[in-house]
Amino acid sequence: MSELPEQAIHAALADSRLQEAIYTATGRLVDKRKAVTSPEVLPDYQELRTQAHEIKKHTIENLDYYLELFERHLTANGGKLVWCRDGTEVADFILSLAKQRGARLIVKSKSMTTEEIELNERLEHHGLEAVETDLGEYILQLAHERPYHIVAPALHKTRYDVADIFTEKLGVQREVVIEQQTLIARRVLREKFLAADIGISGANFLVADSGSVAIVENEGNARLSTTAPKIHIAVAGIEKLIPRAQDLAVFLKLLGRSATGQPLTVYTSILSGPRRSTEVDGPDEFYVLLMDNGRTKLLADSQKRQSLYCIRCGACLNICPVYRKIGGHNYPWVYSGPIGAIITPQFHGVMDDPWLPFASSLCGACAEVCPVKIDLPQILLDLRAEVNKAKLREGKNRLEKLAFRLWAWLMQHPKLYEFAGASGAGLLGEEGRWLSQVPLAVGPVKAWLSERELPAPAPKSFRRLWRERRAGRGA
Amino acid sequence: MARETILHRVRTALGRAAGQDPEPAPPPRLRIPESGIDRRVSGFCAALESLAGSATVAHGAEEARQTVAALIAGHTAVASNAPFLAELGVPSLPGVQCGIFDRDELKRACAAADFGITSADYALADTGSLVMISSREEPRLISLLPPRHIAVVPRERILANLDELFTLIPLPSQHSSSLVLITGPSRTADIEQILVRGVHGPGHVHAIIL
Amino acid sequence: MAARVSLFVTCIIDQLFPQVGLAMADVLERLGYEIDFPEAQTCCGQPAYNSGYREEARQVARHFLDVFDGAEFIIVPSGSCTSMIRHHYEDLFRKEPARLEQARRIRDRIWEFSQFLLEVARVEDVGARFHAVATYHDSCHALRELKIKDGPRRLLARVRGLELREMDPPEECCGFGGTFSVKFPEVSGGMARTKIDAILRTGADTVISVDSSCLMQIEGAMRKAGHNVRALHLAEVLASR
Repeated sequence: MSELPEQAIHAALADSRLQEAIYTATGRLVDKRKAVTSPEVLPDYQELRTQAHEIKKHTIENLDYYLELFERHLTANGGKLVWCRDGTEVADFILSLAKQRGARLIVKSKSMTTEEIELNERLEHHGLEAVETDLGEYILQLAHERPYHIVAPALHKTRYDVADIFTEKLGVQREVVIEQQTLIARRVLREKFLAADIGISGANFLVADSGSVAIVENEGNARLSTTAPKIHIAVAGIEKLIPRAQDLAVFLKLLGRSATGQPLTVYTSILSGPRRSTEVDGPDEFYVLLMDNGRTKLLADSQKRQSLYCIRCGACLNICPVYRKIGGHNYPWVYSGPIGAIITPQFHGVMDDPWLPFASSLCGACAEVCPVKIDLPQILLDLRAEVNKAKLREGKNRLEKLAFRLWAWLMQHPKLYEFAGASGAGLLGEEGRWLSQVPLAVGPVKAWLSERELPAPAPKSFRRLWRERRAGRGA
Repeated sequence: MARETILHRVRTALGRAAGQDPEPAPPPRLRIPESGIDRRVSGFCAALESLAGSATVAHGAEEARQTVAALIAGHTAVASNAPFLAELGVPSLPGVQCGIFDRDELKRACAAADFGITSADYALADTGSLVMISSREEPRLISLLPPRHIAVVPRERILANLDELFTLIPLPSQHSSSLVLITGPSRTADIEQILVRGVHGPGHVHAIIL
Repeated sequence: MAARVSLFVTCIIDQLFPQVGLAMADVLERLGYEIDFPEAQTCCGQPAYNSGYREEARQVARHFLDVFDGAEFIIVPSGSCTSMIRHHYEDLFRKEPARLEQARRIRDRIWEFSQFLLEVARVEDVGARFHAVATYHDSCHALRELKIKDGPRRLLARVRGLELREMDPPEECCGFGGTFSVKFPEVSGGMARTKIDAILRTGADTVISVDSSCLMQIEGAMRKAGHNVRALHLAEVLASR
């Protein structure tokens, strides 16, 4: 069970360079998203969101049908579907295939799903070289760090950090110019692309009627990873299904815009199996590893299964005032921000990180930008109720529960409520007075005062003033 | 085993039975705006240029060929075997390698070449995208490995938007194992959000519309 | 007019900022409304609901429903409390048909103050006068759940002597979030400081909102930082003469 990472959060807040980096980067993405989804630029935007929501809802609620449909068509294309209950089965399959084919070098394009199951660690443990090829992910791989953000993994790194990492890990001369750093990575990774035995990708969408995998990117590393090596393996959660290729017309319009403010990312690949006999290049073998890893648990909750609609655009992270303060590494799992906050407890159980659903002011900005209209704030509220129930079952949280029971009781007895209020006012109340300290302050009062002054209770409550006012008018 | 387990879990979670057909999916609402060919050409060019790609209109095969020649002068290029390129005389330009049908040879050639020259199956006017469907004539690596990509596209192939593309091609798998939309030069902003072009894919994209 | 309206002043205004309730009453009376203040009122239940205590929230909500059952117009000087009642009571009473029915009736009769002025009373100019350079803070529940954005700005545009400037960036949470403010005080404080910076950049001497909880957070943080910007509820500005 994780405790609220108070120290780490404090450190993040105190690091002004980090705060600047997070705020600027996410701010830029927020502005770009806003510019391309405004009513002037994309009049259909709200309609598209509704459509996307409806399509995902339909797909998720009939997921078994679409999984089988996808399997049929992928297989007809010459691809192979491998069903994996969890990350272990994903890794086992890849290791076994690599062994059979004598494969040593793997190139990977960006996939949060593979981060989720820590695939690289497993592959490396068994002597395979698995190289991340997305620039941000490559930098983090060298630094042995987790992604900071779903879409912009190295958000928190400066060019000087990158210079340090490249010098130390690649043995190159120190280079702080970003364009040059990119060229270094390009040079190193190009060799890997051309020599790799296997390319592993994620999938943004799995298209059921066409048996296709859709991948969006800006760099070209996904195209290279899925074209140059003789084997392509796409790892995808079962929730990535959409019914028809035509549905891509809806989702592609939303994904790039929501993620980075681009009407379309530079490359959109729709891959439907190994290369055909008439084609010159492309992989000879094409595998889609369809993974559960707990998604069926989320599926079982009719109120919260909408969490599976997520298309991993990262818009909720960018707009979240909490994410923008604490940063991606202060979330307990690879998925951070609002989406991380709602799926982590569902995957791991609410008692794993009981503080997580409460780490939100419920401002609702996430729901406003979500392209598939997931009701994140409501799910957080539901999770909070579940946390409390779970805590009580374990005999925890009794004091807070008692406090709220007393409070509720008081709120049902207006005269006592008034009396309580008047007593407080009698002790501390003074017209317009704000307190910067309160003697013997504990708990919530102390917490409040650590950051703000506290208003003293009004000497006379509204109801008392109202009574006096009416009496004065002879009412 | 895993298959049965997962499908069983899914069905139990949803309260569905095997073989149960769903209600029809919400209908796709594809909207294709009315636009004449000239609008599409200018739209495409403007969109690609806004992404730091370059787009020129050639009035006739000779002009197209000369534009390509000027771009690649003094450099090496790999050209696809698209009949359209052959008609324009691109394969016979100095420095151009063509007629490669072997995968490994193609990989080597593309890795060494300065330019990749292709046609395109379609283009999208609203986003400035090229639509590349992999085939014997049009392999994948030519528009990917060389640092500069030239695409010569007949104007009739320019569609209005994605909706029109998916109306024409409702099932990409029917045509090819790979359909790729190329929307401008390769780019990244992974370091300090500073934009850099030509990370892995071509840093320069030139479209010549005929 | 002599129409009768009921006031739900909310517990925070009742105990900490009663002047806001009085100001709202002033504005409504000047418009010719007769005001009823059901004395048995206490709270809408939001603190318990947001903290994950559904049963306790229900108890308090039942009390609210009983107190205000039969009221034709319930006016509330708070976006978050109005939103709680309008949008979450149905969820709370999903399994209690009689209460659900009550909740639905009240949902159609409860009004956040600025929305009442504009959509029911149909006034924009309430005859207010208030000299200040001000900025308006979009409180999250009002903005996103009740779609309150233009309304208060239109009302403030008619206040004589008031110059209204927009914050940049707009629409960012002040960091209150109920118990969030004390469970995650450092983050909450950080969010407040970001909000304060935006306010200070406008050069305003006053920040206005429709939610006293936001104002409490903002003013509390302003004072701690030693800034001289005052935080006023919309009602207080509209009541000024």
